[in-house]
Amino acid sequence: MQAALSELSKWLASTSLSHTIQTVTWIIPTLQTIHILSVAVVFSAAVLVDFRMFRMFERDVPLPEISRRFLRAIWPVLLVLLLTGSLLIVGEPRRSLLNSTFYLKMVLLLAAVLLTAVLQGSIAASPGFWERDRGRRIAGKALATLSIAIWCGILFAGRWIAYTQAG
Amino acid sequence: MSLFLEIIAYFENSAVADAIRENDVLFPTIESVHVVAICLVVGSILVLDLRLLGFASVRRPVSRLTSAILPVTWGAFAVAASSGFLLFISNATKYLANGYFVAKMLLIAAAGLNMIVFHLISARDLPHWEKDHSPPLRARIAGAFSILLWIAVVACGRWIGFTMQAL
Repeated sequence: MQAALSELSKWLASTSLSHTIQTVTWIIPTLQTIHILSVAVVFSAAVLVDFRMFRMFERDVPLPEISRRFLRAIWPVLLVLLLTGSLLIVGEPRRSLLNSTFYLKMVLLLAAVLLTAVLQGSIAASPGFWERDRGRRIAGKALATLSIAIWCGILFAGRWIAYTQAG
Repeated sequence: MSLFLEIIAYFENSAVADAIRENDVLFPTIESVHVVAICLVVGSILVLDLRLLGFASVRRPVSRLTSAILPVTWGAFAVAASSGFLLFISNATKYLANGYFVAKMLLIAAAGLNMIVFHLISARDLPHWEKDHSPPLRARIAGAFSILLWIAVVACGRWIGFTMQAL
């Protein structure tokens, strides 16, 4: 596995796209800036809905409306993250593909995507889903706490990729 | 030596700054907290900016949205500023000599000024238009300026990382 990833990194680094990303000095910081701005949008959208689950944000607005306003924005921006993230990998493949922090980030991302989809889907299918009774409200808050923790984990892992890359 | 530089030197020579410089885990951890906080600052302000531009949350009166969002923004800003201060004092002299760092501080000040001008001048007659889907031009300009300034803040932040000498 390690050897295959090493080969893949070597091949990616030898492509002309990778060469361009490596040698034109403004490309990587620009990609990272777009990446972080997109993270800001996705993270804030998720966290604001989580705050609403705690009734700490716009509690006078029904949850389905909050979900429509904020959670929907996450999906197109995730595509931007996928694109900029992929280009960053092509530019410096060893930095992430041979780095366990990167895989931790991807696992957390998968969990966050699933959690967000479940939340959005349940609210769309049944507007009062998380507010119907005491048990649901507690479950909703637990889910919101988990969501905040996972998104923070993704951001932490993202920053730590720079500090844990193979030499 | 001016008083300003003396104060900076006092912090840079402090035990806290020394610990952040010398410890392998402290700097990236504080940096991660800084990224999380900045993402929430930028993302939450974007919600207001898009409302002022008439692009999102258009059915919410501006003042209602502002009072819901600003506690989140200011809370996150406090964390971003404190963590940023800790990162800064770990290498204050080098940061002050870095053009992107100075630019970032000036851009944050400009974003603050934009907000003050909006509150004191452009939003004086807020009750008259705060329910309009598309606010008046001066409000839309404030929203557009805010978005551009915060994008520039994040870009400078990322460029600092590429132009600072390794710690």
